[in-house]
Amino acid sequence: MSETLGTVLDWVAILCILAGSVLSLVAGIGLVRFPDLLSRMHTAAKPQVLGLLLVLVGIGLRLVPVETNVFNVGTLVLVALFQTVTIPVAGHITARVGYRTGRIDESLMAHDELAERLRTEGDVPGSGMAR
Amino acid sequence: MNALWIAIGVMLGVAALLGMVRMLMGPSILDRALSVDVLIASALTGAGAYAAFHRDPTVLPTLLVLSLLGFVGSVSIAKFVARRTQQEHIPTTTEAHPTTATPTDAVPGSEKGENP
Repeated sequence: MSETLGTVLDWVAILCILAGSVLSLVAGIGLVRFPDLLSRMHTAAKPQVLGLLLVLVGIGLRLVPVETNVFNVGTLVLVALFQTVTIPVAGHITARVGYRTGRIDESLMAHDELAERLRTEGDVPGSGMAR
Repeated sequence: MNALWIAIGVMLGVAALLGMVRMLMGPSILDRALSVDVLIASALTGAGAYAAFHRDPTVLPTLLVLSLLGFVGSVSIAKFVARRTQQEHIPTTTEAHPTTATPTDAVPGSEKGENP
């Protein structure tokens, strides 16, 4: 692998990791400044998925010139897979529990489709808790 | 290139500090769980930046463990909140519970009614 290609890969990798840490910083700022749980969840999901994927790409590009072990790439792919599968599930469960236990501020919502649906169709007893 | 690595470290540190601020302020327990998620994401990014800086693949299994730990942590906290709220809705006359989670604790600043 030539010297120039290694330098280019290093720069691309460091820019990816920089973008990932910028997303992490943005999530921290939004976590402090945003008013309610749902908007905080919106900003907190950015570094968990996009930021982490950028960082994993950066790690892969940094490791490619020196290590060509297949287990490293496998670990990176596994981390990306787990994160993209589990983060939506965790966000859904957290938002559902927050809504059902009344922690969502309704004055900050533009439109509440679930409330309309609960009014027209009625709630199933006992479904208030996320099972 | 060194300045960019330092900038990455500083940004991750500030992000973790802001997450800690929300964890201390957070009006409800779900906000705190959310800030734990952000802290874990910062730790993941930091460990990844370490691995990339030193070209050292030995910390990559740590990333795997941390990503699974974040999921299990936030889901179990959410289940805990749901079960506690459900249990205290069955006896409707227990108003004297100081530790019950009522809907009023969604109001920012009202710290009572939540166990930290």
